[in-house]
Amino acid sequence: MNLQNILSEIEKVDGDALARIEHMSRRSIFQSLLKKTVAGAGAAAFAGVLNQTYAQNSSVADVLNYALTLEYLEAEFYNMSLATPGLIPSAARAYYQQIANHENAHVALLKSALGSAAVPKPTFDFTAGGMFGTVFSSTETNYALAQAFEDTGVRAYKGQATALMSAPAILTVALQIHSVEARHAARIRFLRGQNGWISKSEASGLPAAIYAGEDNVIQGGVNLSVAFPQYPGGNRITEAFDEPLTMSQVLAIAGPFIKSLNR
Amino acid sequence: MEKPQTDPMATVEGLSGKASAALGRRVFMRYIGATAAAGVALSACHSELVDPGTTGSGRAGDAIDFGDISEKDVNILNFAYALEQLEAAFYMQAVMTPYSGITEEERRILTEIRDHEIIHRDLFKTALGSAAIPGLTPNFSSINFSSRASVLGTARVFENIGVSAYNGAGQYIRSADYLLLAGKIVSVEARHASIIATLLEPMTTLFAPDTVVYANSGLEEIRNPEEVLSLVRPYVAEFLNGRNGSGRR
Repeated sequence: MNLQNILSEIEKVDGDALARIEHMSRRSIFQSLLKKTVAGAGAAAFAGVLNQTYAQNSSVADVLNYALTLEYLEAEFYNMSLATPGLIPSAARAYYQQIANHENAHVALLKSALGSAAVPKPTFDFTAGGMFGTVFSSTETNYALAQAFEDTGVRAYKGQATALMSAPAILTVALQIHSVEARHAARIRFLRGQNGWISKSEASGLPAAIYAGEDNVIQGGVNLSVAFPQYPGGNRITEAFDEPLTMSQVLAIAGPFIKSLNR
Repeated sequence: MEKPQTDPMATVEGLSGKASAALGRRVFMRYIGATAAAGVALSACHSELVDPGTTGSGRAGDAIDFGDISEKDVNILNFAYALEQLEAAFYMQAVMTPYSGITEEERRILTEIRDHEIIHRDLFKTALGSAAIPGLTPNFSSINFSSRASVLGTARVFENIGVSAYNGAGQYIRSADYLLLAGKIVSVEARHASIIATLLEPMTTLFAPDTVVYANSGLEEIRNPEEVLSLVRPYVAEFLNGRNGSGRR
């Protein structure tokens, strides 16, 4: 699918629609989402505008629905984990709850943006067909999956950034979610006794696909392991950069957790 | 957005003796900077202003002008390069003069973050080549490097500023390669922010607090370049000048 064209179309439609929204420029509508006092109004306007667009171009819904699907997955995972008695110890509940709040907010934001084009919440199997059978009985397994979902989320959003270049306002919102997922990922990794950052493609017991390509040492066309020999072994060099995943790579990782798309 | 005044380490430019002495000249330099097309505006008498502690190739009191930051990628890269220089210099000092009571884990974490920031800094310098701004001269006089609260509190502020800066500037980047590169860096900065906050308050939501990630949208704050420059200006001896501009469209 050609995202550039699709999003250019959105931009055109957005421009007309947004011009009718009092006191909001095309850029400021997204900035308004940042401000607590007007976030509700901004989100509603966002929803109205995009609803109009999606009615005309269903491919766009597919793109943002990709993000929504991942957010559904994360939100339900944290909601179920917190609702399972004795699973998440009191020491971790404050930030598990905070992460859950964010994922639920992301779901609400994307759903409101997509309106009637939003995909329904899939039916999830957090055991991934038995691979993580103790996800809701073992705290350690639960933490491991949280890490898997967060690190995958960071890479998934990163992988869509360049596809959103023609829609700067949408790109900005995606970036604002992306960094939140990274905060979550680091916190969960630390909880598991790991570094907050990813060294090479170390998967720490998780499926290798989640960290495939994180050992890349070439950035901006520069081979950093050659340019910076003072950092041998590749740890610091690879930690300093998070790598993207394509949509198909992400769906291959997330697929086993999705029992039914309910579409 | 996170209020600078809640940062115990933040100082208003002009409070320090050095800044005060240079104030008149800074106003002049600001004018020069604002009218220069890009690059460094040098005062004929800048030698009077040179801080003996200068470590960068820039000079205290010089105006470093990023121009219209949204206008072209080289300006955004220089803007990012300046932020990475500041972070790298901060962590270098923090590791060199560790605060009292630092644990082995904290020392390791700060050292690793230092290395990440140096790598970011040097990559930008390499990418920019002759278009790079000079090395900046940090002014960390407001930071108490012997205090854990001061060092980690400042680190948290710097990381949060960095993330908001990248998030705010992403929409202006024209090259897909540079946008992806910025994306690869910003999430690492967000990881730093999360871990530093966790060292400060391991049991709370400080890793992603409501002041930085808005509760009803789950979106992280963004800052435009001028907001970012105003926050980092007190930490740099040179006067950082730049404009948001009108963007690509």
